[in-house]
Amino acid sequence: MKERPISHVPMWVLVALASALALQLAAGALRPAPRATAESLPMAPSAGLVRLASLGEPIASAKLLMLYLQSFDYQPGTRIPYRDLDYGRLTAWIDRIVELDPSAQYALMSASHIYAEVPDPAKSRQMLDLVYRRYLEDPNRRWPWLAHAAYVAKHQLKDLALARRYAVALEQHTTTPDAPMWVRQMEFFILEDMNQLEAAKILLGGLIASGQITDQRELKLLERRLQRLEERIEAERVGK
Amino acid sequence: MAARYAPTIARFTLLEAVRNRLVWVALAIVAAGLGLAAFLHQVAITESRQIEAAVLAAFLRFAGVFLVVAFVVTSMVREFSDKVLEVVLSHPVSRSSYLFGKFAGFSTAAFGLAAMFTAPLFLFAPPAPTLAWGFSLALELLVMTAVSLFCVLSLTNVVAALSAAAAFYILSRSMGAAQIIAAASAQSATWSDRVANGLLEMVAKLLPSLDQMTRTDWLVVAGPDWQTLASVAAQAGVYIALIVAASLFDFYRQNF
Repeated sequence: MKERPISHVPMWVLVALASALALQLAAGALRPAPRATAESLPMAPSAGLVRLASLGEPIASAKLLMLYLQSFDYQPGTRIPYRDLDYGRLTAWIDRIVELDPSAQYALMSASHIYAEVPDPAKSRQMLDLVYRRYLEDPNRRWPWLAHAAYVAKHQLKDLALARRYAVALEQHTTTPDAPMWVRQMEFFILEDMNQLEAAKILLGGLIASGQITDQRELKLLERRLQRLEERIEAERVGK
Repeated sequence: MAARYAPTIARFTLLEAVRNRLVWVALAIVAAGLGLAAFLHQVAITESRQIEAAVLAAFLRFAGVFLVVAFVVTSMVREFSDKVLEVVLSHPVSRSSYLFGKFAGFSTAAFGLAAMFTAPLFLFAPPAPTLAWGFSLALELLVMTAVSLFCVLSLTNVVAALSAAAAFYILSRSMGAAQIIAAASAQSATWSDRVANGLLEMVAKLLPSLDQMTRTDWLVVAGPDWQTLASVAAQAGVYIALIVAASLFDFYRQNF
């Protein structure tokens, strides 16, 4: 069906179209750009409600909830520092997202790498605790986030006892061969930092004797480390 | 002279809406909405009135848009298929009379739907904000009537026209959020980001800001002021004029 030429369109229609288009463009240009306001993070919805609202699409809704959650810390013009977020609600949101989509790593990655690294020890601990709780449910997939939590506890919070607690959990629960050996050796390094040299020596000796380490270079490195540790213990004994 | 046919066409369009049981469908939707509100009242621990108003308003708003779009598209496609359009145009009826008549008929039906869908909200929200919400809903339905008419006249196919109208509605409703997200990534000023942002700004200027119309927070937080309502009415007026003019332009160029 070939179209008729524009000459068939009455002039008043063309004028009306051009005028309305110009008006719309002018109105669009005059319209103020939409701006986000610094809203406070609302309460997390229940998992059941999210399932209902998403018509049985928990994974898709978990992804959307995560994107929604992350939009709270960076709203244009109203950048909200992470530490200003309500961590009680933030924890509930992350818990909900993990419940809806347990296989996803995004939420726990954000918890350990972003939300735990705030300059507010209480809030940081709250997030680390969440990562620890959730790690215990699925250690072989969630070990990277607890390993980072141990790093945050050790270097940022300077809480070696907490870091050791996480390191012990990593050593005891992470069984996947995908996890590198250092994940199971973290406790040793933390004990060394805590100056618990005897305990560190026993742990490292036990690790070498267990035969779990098959890489020769790694084995040599640990043996050297054990040797240095023994020298430190000896030096301390002589010093006393 | 030929313009006198427009009221007749409008009247027959309205009659078609009644005979298509649009009123009964609308009543069934209102009943379903009230049932949903009663259910929410049972499960909500606090703010049950606000929850009922917000959910019912959102439900009725989407249902209203869906009904209007579906009615306009299916009615027009039926006229194309039954060759009613050719019969009408073979009489001394100008194309503009036909289009204005159809638009007036569909718009009256849309006004009726807006009134029916606003009425139950008086049970859950104060009268003044509810009236403002209903006024805005009527304007929103008018915009969607014009857009659906334009889509179906251009595409003459149910699936294509429904999809185009739905895409227009979703895009118009989410454009504000899209602009906010785009502004958030403005710091990474790579050329692709700049092109995408420019395109987004251009599309935003061509679309009505439906996200600013018929807002649920008017019912649960605070009603709009006169300035807001006037701005909503002006926006709807300009956009309806634009879409009707575009429909006329397209309609006059079609061969039947």
